[in-house]
Amino acid sequence: MANVPADLRYTKEHEWAKLEGDKARVGITAFAQEQLGDVVFVELPKVGAKVTAMKTFGVVESVKAVSDLFAPLSGEVIEVNAELPKKPEAVNADPYGKGWMIVIKLASVKEWERLMPAGDYEKLIASEGH
Amino acid sequence: MRYISNTPAQQREMLAQIGVGSVEELLARIPAKARLSRPLNVPEAMAETDLVRHLRALSALNASADDYACFLGAGSYDHSVPSPINHLISRGEFFTAYTPYQPEASQGTLRSIFEYQSMMAELTGMDVANASLYDGASSVAEAALMAHAVTERNAIVLSRGVNPLYRQVVETYCEGPGIRLKSSPIGDGATDLDALRKAVSGQTAAVVIQHPNFFGCLEDVKAAADIAHAQGALLVVVADPVNLGLLAPPGALGADLVVGEGQGLGVPMSFGGPNLGVFAAKQELVRRMPGRLVGATVDLDGQRGFVLTLQTREQHIRREKATSNICTNVALCALMATIYVSIMGKVGIQKVGELSTAKAHYAAEAFAKVPGVRLRFAAPFFKEFTLQLPKSPERVAKRLLKDKILAGVPLKPFDRAQKDCLLVAVTERRTRAEIDAYAAALADAVA
Amino acid sequence: MHAAKPGYDKLIFELSCPGRHAHSLPSFDVPVSDPAQLLPREHLRATPAELPEVSEVDVVRHYSRLSQMNYGVDTHFYPLGSCTMKYNPKINEDMARLPGFARLHPLTPEAAAQGALRVMHELGRDLAEVSGMDHVSLQPAAGAQGELAGVLMIRAYHLARGERRTKVLIPDSAHGTNPASTALAGYSVVELKSEQNGDVDLGDLERHLGDDVAAFMITQPNTLGLFESRIHQITEMCHAKGVQVYMDGANFNAILGITRPGDLGFDVCHFNLHKTFTTPHGGGGPGAGPVGIKDHLAPFLPTPVLVKDGDEYAFDWNRPQSIGKLQAFWGNFGMLVRAWTYIRTMGPDGLRAVSDNAVLNANYILSRLEGEYDRSAPGPCMHECVVSSRRQKKLGVTATDIAKRLLDLGFYAPTTYFPLIVEEALMIEPTETESKETLDEFCDAMIQIAREVRENPQLIHDAPMTTPVRRLDQTGAARQPRLKWAPPVT
Repeated sequence: MANVPADLRYTKEHEWAKLEGDKARVGITAFAQEQLGDVVFVELPKVGAKVTAMKTFGVVESVKAVSDLFAPLSGEVIEVNAELPKKPEAVNADPYGKGWMIVIKLASVKEWERLMPAGDYEKLIASEGH
Repeated sequence: MRYISNTPAQQREMLAQIGVGSVEELLARIPAKARLSRPLNVPEAMAETDLVRHLRALSALNASADDYACFLGAGSYDHSVPSPINHLISRGEFFTAYTPYQPEASQGTLRSIFEYQSMMAELTGMDVANASLYDGASSVAEAALMAHAVTERNAIVLSRGVNPLYRQVVETYCEGPGIRLKSSPIGDGATDLDALRKAVSGQTAAVVIQHPNFFGCLEDVKAAADIAHAQGALLVVVADPVNLGLLAPPGALGADLVVGEGQGLGVPMSFGGPNLGVFAAKQELVRRMPGRLVGATVDLDGQRGFVLTLQTREQHIRREKATSNICTNVALCALMATIYVSIMGKVGIQKVGELSTAKAHYAAEAFAKVPGVRLRFAAPFFKEFTLQLPKSPERVAKRLLKDKILAGVPLKPFDRAQKDCLLVAVTERRTRAEIDAYAAALADAVA
Repeated sequence: MHAAKPGYDKLIFELSCPGRHAHSLPSFDVPVSDPAQLLPREHLRATPAELPEVSEVDVVRHYSRLSQMNYGVDTHFYPLGSCTMKYNPKINEDMARLPGFARLHPLTPEAAAQGALRVMHELGRDLAEVSGMDHVSLQPAAGAQGELAGVLMIRAYHLARGERRTKVLIPDSAHGTNPASTALAGYSVVELKSEQNGDVDLGDLERHLGDDVAAFMITQPNTLGLFESRIHQITEMCHAKGVQVYMDGANFNAILGITRPGDLGFDVCHFNLHKTFTTPHGGGGPGAGPVGIKDHLAPFLPTPVLVKDGDEYAFDWNRPQSIGKLQAFWGNFGMLVRAWTYIRTMGPDGLRAVSDNAVLNANYILSRLEGEYDRSAPGPCMHECVVSSRRQKKLGVTATDIAKRLLDLGFYAPTTYFPLIVEEALMIEPTETESKETLDEFCDAMIQIAREVRENPQLIHDAPMTTPVRRLDQTGAARQPRLKWAPPVT
């Protein structure tokens, strides 16, 4: 039974986004952290940085791989998870909770409509995973 | 064929197991027109005794530092190589081992590299050092690339005091990424700080100085750091770790990156290679560093162990997004340096510096007494100095070669402004008698 | 034969005892010895560097004990695919240590370094012959630097023709240094799909070839150990579009005296002297990565170029179109002497025998293992074979587990998880210097492991048990990097 919360939306690069009014909280999915293995480091932008939908905003590093992080939505970074540099393991333990990465003030709420709902994302990972 | 164990009988057995009649059948995928139809045209095999005789003869044609008093420097130095080094690095478990990707079977290499990293960090005064890069020159190049990546700026300012050969390597590495190099002049031997201040801007990713510099002169590292940092640029200091037993470490003076040539730490000069590229950084830059890094950890039983770490930045995982394309380090040379530093120790490494600078100053004074000869620069120097000669330095060097003296490096190919100059290096291995003999021969040569 | 068990867990800093020393330096024989009298005080250290104080006995015992914690080719079979862990001849070491070579300063006037220059020139000539190339530069310090030099020369070539090409094509089976070196040279990397056996997908290649492509970079034989048999067609396709072709020479051990990149249409190739030409791996280096080129790239060679004029050897610095320098000096001369010595020891017949036996040994292993492990491709391999442990993966045992168990059984492990296109890859390169007895012992061990996977997998999950340390916490090492020694907090 895949861990894909129904109230979130997803990208094909395995990020999740949670709409909070005119903001969105962003992280990587349970599937993504499982593929990566133990996360050792997360490189995040500074508050105030601009992000563009489907362009990279940072990097997540595990022992065996490095993956780019893709912004699900465009806007300005207004919050960055300050705990992650000290506790990167939060991404593995609680990817949808304490493992959150950034909060974006959205440029356009319309982009939210274009994100993958939970059902579609579940199908995606069913075909990618073994 | 002594390196191939299998006899023809064994080869036949193996072919039978495979199910073919000959090795040719195993090569069937190679199209006929791709096949070399003749034996290789390389010299016939030589028996060991003949080969040894032949190579001894070739090696005897060279003016080595065993037979000549070597006053050559410019990035390679005739420092002492304590006798245990060669014996220890020649242990087959060290020199025939591979990169420690299987750490459980490579703790010897990993521990010695951890020691090496610790020693280089201590000598340079920096937070972290990597497991070595190829040589001093490519280490400077890697520092330039790293500064470009970290600051996202496109220009590097190099003092003219940086070894011109290193500068050429930096140019080659900066070609692809399109990083611009700017020069900043020296004054009376050291970097002209006013000119440097003008050369550095908000476009500068890093300022690079060498200390002591190519001409042997000591630099004002702190002032250069202030100039760089005022514009948000990094300061890269190119240093010779052998000197850092005595000289104040650049890390304490504001350097962000310290790089350089570690050959003086027990690595044979060997006509220019292999060498030892030192690379050390401040803590906040550790994840952007090129090259291998060894870290301490524990095993399943809680016992201390060592592993290659932060590998995901490297080419074998990150590929085209890697911090660098480097794969090998110079592990065996790093091991030589580790053993050298262990043997010299806290006291010895300081003494190497003291002896080198004392003898260099004695030599400079003696040579400058020769009529027509003077020290080219007024700036203080460490173990190398630039002599200005009244006659062609190439001719003088050729003349002193007859006295079994390798007098120094004529500077015309490096810097046309110093075409009447000779760069002279004096290490702890030069005796007073050798220096006095040089002074006498020099007097003769320029008379 | 197993490595020494722990019991020795010291670092040199921990052996330090104030007042001990191992150095032997001459006394001051010049009048002024106090550095404070010679140099401005601000240049001097305020306090001495915190470095060990140990005796010579401490040093020798410590590093000897450390060496006993390593596996080396001198003690263990080392079947690392693509690394060519062959025997390192001891005569090479003696020759590299001749004082006329080891104690020679790089800036010795050329007239007084003719012996060294001759060795270099002859090695360059021999490597050119072995590869069918026209010129060789010995300057690059390692394979990755050789690649960088090669790609930069290709870049200079196109620019000199007024062409601005921006891409390089590289198969997904390539070694990581290929795309890394290419990116460093300023190109975008376009990854091409390989066929399942590592062959070039000709359709994918054709689609991508164009006048914005500078080069196509491949390894021959490919990284699955197979010879790309349509190579002439490939190089012709590339040249028809003005694309240069680069051969990664990591697998040269398969083709000595059999085929030559220069005859296959390659424009550039590099050599890994620390692989095929037997210079020692040293625990991770130094290597040496000479690069061979066809004549049209000659103007772009790294500076200086070694030339022979009559009987005299000299460096030519007048190279206006050169890509510049990779190292401060002329190359890893100490490794060049070793490679020269090796080529003279083997001669033409010996070099051919190297590849014949390398190919034989790899195929022998493949034939003995294919009952228990999946081949990655049908047909004979060349000097290395890639098997997949996917059957074992289904039972919960990974390639990593198998590698660790091999350490317990007295072998260094093969390369794992490379090439990326083979699932649970184990890449095995025995080299020609191993005997049938050793190969049989290795195959017996691999077969034993396959049986243990079925009957007692815990043994494999717990491996290694007999090495000085057991499996190490890589995650902890990366999360909280501890990269240098610190005195214990009291």
